[in-house]
Amino acid sequence: MTILAYLIPISLILGGLGLAFFVWTVRSNQYDDPEGNAQRILRDTYDDKPKR
Amino acid sequence: MTVAIRHQAAMGCPACAAAPGVDDVEVAPEAGQIALSLPTIHCAACISRIEDGLTAHPGVRSARVNLTLKRASIDADADVTPAEMVGVVEGLGYEAHELDPGTLNATATDKAGRDLLMRLAVAGFAMMNVMLLSVSVWSGADDATRDMFHWISAAIALPAVAFCGVPFYRNAWSALRQGRLNMDVPITLAVALAVVTSLWETALSGHHAYFDAAIALVFFLLAGRYLDHRTREVARSAAEELTALEVPRAWRIEDGTEVERPIAELAVGDVVLVRAGARVPVDGEIIDGTSELDRSLLTGETVPVFAGPGQAVSAGEVNLTGPLRIRASAVGAETSLHRMADLVAIAESGRSLYTSLADRAAKLYAPGVHILSALAFVGWFLYTFDMRTALNIAAAVLIITCPCALGLAVPAVTTAASGRLFRKGMLIKHETALERLSEVDTVVFDKTGTLTAGVPVLTNADVLDDAARGVALALAQGSAHPLARAIANALGEAEAKPAEVTGIAEVPGYGVSGRVGDLEVRLGRAAWVGAEPCSETATYLKIGKAAPVALTFEDALRPGAEEAVTALLRADKAVWLVSGDTEPAVKALAERLGIAAWHAGVLPEDKARIVAELSDQGAHVLMVGDGLNDTAALAAAHVSISPASALDAARVASDVVLLGTDLSPLAEALVVARKARRRITENFRLATLYNIIAVPLAVAGLATPLIAALAMSASSITVSLNALRLSGRRA
Repeated sequence: MTILAYLIPISLILGGLGLAFFVWTVRSNQYDDPEGNAQRILRDTYDDKPKR
Repeated sequence: MTVAIRHQAAMGCPACAAAPGVDDVEVAPEAGQIALSLPTIHCAACISRIEDGLTAHPGVRSARVNLTLKRASIDADADVTPAEMVGVVEGLGYEAHELDPGTLNATATDKAGRDLLMRLAVAGFAMMNVMLLSVSVWSGADDATRDMFHWISAAIALPAVAFCGVPFYRNAWSALRQGRLNMDVPITLAVALAVVTSLWETALSGHHAYFDAAIALVFFLLAGRYLDHRTREVARSAAEELTALEVPRAWRIEDGTEVERPIAELAVGDVVLVRAGARVPVDGEIIDGTSELDRSLLTGETVPVFAGPGQAVSAGEVNLTGPLRIRASAVGAETSLHRMADLVAIAESGRSLYTSLADRAAKLYAPGVHILSALAFVGWFLYTFDMRTALNIAAAVLIITCPCALGLAVPAVTTAASGRLFRKGMLIKHETALERLSEVDTVVFDKTGTLTAGVPVLTNADVLDDAARGVALALAQGSAHPLARAIANALGEAEAKPAEVTGIAEVPGYGVSGRVGDLEVRLGRAAWVGAEPCSETATYLKIGKAAPVALTFEDALRPGAEEAVTALLRADKAVWLVSGDTEPAVKALAERLGIAAWHAGVLPEDKARIVAELSDQGAHVLMVGDGLNDTAALAAAHVSISPASALDAARVASDVVLLGTDLSPLAEALVVARKARRRITENFRLATLYNIIAVPLAVAGLATPLIAALAMSASSITVSLNALRLSGRRA
């Protein structure tokens, strides 16, 4: 049963990381324009490198 | 629901919204921030073209298009004007309208929604982890392992419950302080009791801990709240955009020059310039210029009224032909427009008394649950004299009866129904609007601007011979007056050729004159051309010395009006037509649409009175109207609908806004509302059924955390699925 000592913290940390990322996406307004974001990937500009 | 909260939900009180600009006093639009509404954009190419086009314009620092809201926000130097930006976008081939950033900024970010989403995410995370541990316990973890799992669950659930449940605790506390019970009181009690007994059990290495139930409860209820919030947020931001389209600005004469100013800055005694086509911003007296005024939004009259120096004008009237200079006699809250809107505030307090189905359910439910749980506690305590057993069972009863399904029953259905109606172009603004819509048995229509499009159409083009048609067309093309445009459209469609008319001149307020050879020709008001005025909406054509010919007009029907009225009549609704317009116009329309009950020449107060009388006779009235003269009636009705073209005050006073120009979704809205109500009651029954099965088990002390979790999830999922049946894309 010692395996539990690793598995439980690992599952909690991974879940916590997911939660932290979600909180970050909400904080940085990433859900303001879902339709626009879906369409923007179809543009041919800025495809090679991030926009500066 | 209190009046104050309803006002918030309806975005600003109707009284403020009626007076353009008075609610913008504290939010001065930030210099250089420009917002545009782009109703026609739809793809990635549109985004690129508009963003690139705007950024290329000198002075623009950055531009960002939001496709979801169909809006562009532009950060530019202070000297770049919104009109310039509209020009740039229109040059690219897209429709663009300026939005008032002051109105938009006030509530730009949806803080409450974000807060709920954050709590929902934390609750979801905690629920999954605790559930994982609980499943191991249910499948046979024993002794030390079980205790350890329970402790870890406690470590996750305690902070999560404390953080996520805050909206419920707050509501429960404010209800208790006022000596009332609401749905949140049993929720809070159940969560608290579950956590406390589970901690106690864990400390004594007991078998049953309800941590998973406590956090799952919070998660499902938050999901319901969030759905509810989203629905209203979508409606609110769309309604807000309609308001922001009317930019509250006026042209004030300062030292002989015209300066653009926010309406809030105008003062009594200021001289304001109102251009042709613009809405009068203040009450006042005309000191210079002649024109015609369209008063249909205020009174329902379709015939434009002559306006000349010395005449009093009211805020909200539309100037049709020539520029007018007006000395303000009342501004902001003092205008007659605003006073009229006060009628709304009085009528409105009646509607907030409506108790929604959810409230009624809560009223029955909350005391019932508390009594049941208390009885279980007392009964078991007297039977076993064991505090621990009794408390455990009382907690189990509270958790199992907890209104997960009840909390989802209403929001899941309203979300599905509102979504479906939104796709049809209807915006449900008020949370109980759907329920009230389902009870409607009488529909009262306003005429001008509601059943009719407010655009005149020439009815007797055939009284003119070809030569006269040519003259009429040539004269009509010389003016932007609505009647002139109607003539130009009708004759243009009939392929008339404009005659050679020289020296065409518009005399604002009177008409257009010109010369054909040496004959003087005039098109305009009866008195000006020397004709006998007739009772219908008409303009008169005079060629030389010949007798003037009357050209009559009727108001074109709004698309879908006929279908909507027919469908309503077929569904056995009583349909009324109540208008401020003259009798012949109202009678003609009523006969054409098959409406038997109509009133003409009705004053605003009388409109409200007619609606109130119908309500007193036990009818549930749906009022459909667009003008200021309808606002009191809109507010007095059981439920109200206004078209997007309506005056701001009318839109604020109504529960539902029709986004398109088409009226035909109206009848369907009533059908969807009735279906929604049926689903809500079905959901209540489903939730009750689960309780009937699970509660005896809990009272008998047979409920385990596993049974609680199963009952809770199963009932929540069935209720949501039942609600989803409504949103079906199939009609």
